[in-house]
Amino acid sequence: MPPKEKLLHRRVFILLPGNLEQAGSVSGDVRRELVALGVEQDIVRRAGVVCFEGEMNIAMYSEGGRIILLVADDRVELLFSDRGPGIPDIELARTPGYSTAPDWARELGFGAGMGIPNMEHQSDRLEIRSRLEGGTVIRAVFRRGRG
Amino acid sequence: MTVAEVVERLELEALAAGELKATVAGGYCSDLLSDVLAHAQSGDMWITHQRHMNVVAVAKLKEVAAVILVRGAAPSAEMTGRARSEGVTILRSSASAFQVAGRLYQLLEG
Repeated sequence: MPPKEKLLHRRVFILLPGNLEQAGSVSGDVRRELVALGVEQDIVRRAGVVCFEGEMNIAMYSEGGRIILLVADDRVELLFSDRGPGIPDIELARTPGYSTAPDWARELGFGAGMGIPNMEHQSDRLEIRSRLEGGTVIRAVFRRGRG
Repeated sequence: MTVAEVVERLELEALAAGELKATVAGGYCSDLLSDVLAHAQSGDMWITHQRHMNVVAVAKLKEVAAVILVRGAAPSAEMTGRARSEGVTILRSSASAFQVAGRLYQLLEG
């Protein structure tokens, strides 16, 4: 790993479980903060989508968690961590169309099986670590400036 | 074509008015939020049956020109309130998604 540039901004958002109506508010805050920090518009858009998907997963599947936003000169990172059931098969969860969303969530337009594929597609790097009956940690990295 | 012109031509009802002078670039018709997040373009009119708070969040993230609720769907007061505070335009049609999409397509591409 090359030396990382010093952080310009760090912000922690706490997420409560099952609060789907309020979920979506962190992605709005993240978006506003990135705009205020002068982050490139393309990253603002991509990070907003990744944050929304991650936020919904925490709200729908976990017992609560948090999202940390890190901004440096060379990158933006979103770190999602939750306490919960974990993901039994990460490769399966990465498969477009695969979803374990309950019916009530599907009726609201979730559970298309596109959440993790969207997060991968919109970020420059996505790392998923999960422990059964423990929780899940996802790190999304967006590279600034240098492509 | 602006949002205001589409409102007039398609006889839509404005439930929350954001930037009505915004240019409409196209349209996207979907009830799956992740599908909209993946494929809708900035400036699209998003045609949907969904009418809950997360619709506003998705609309804002994707910078759609407006959301069109179809079949006369009634959103909650919380949803229209959030839309107003976020500057997201929410429109409504009594017609079906098929009809609204068809008319919008004709207006923009016909």
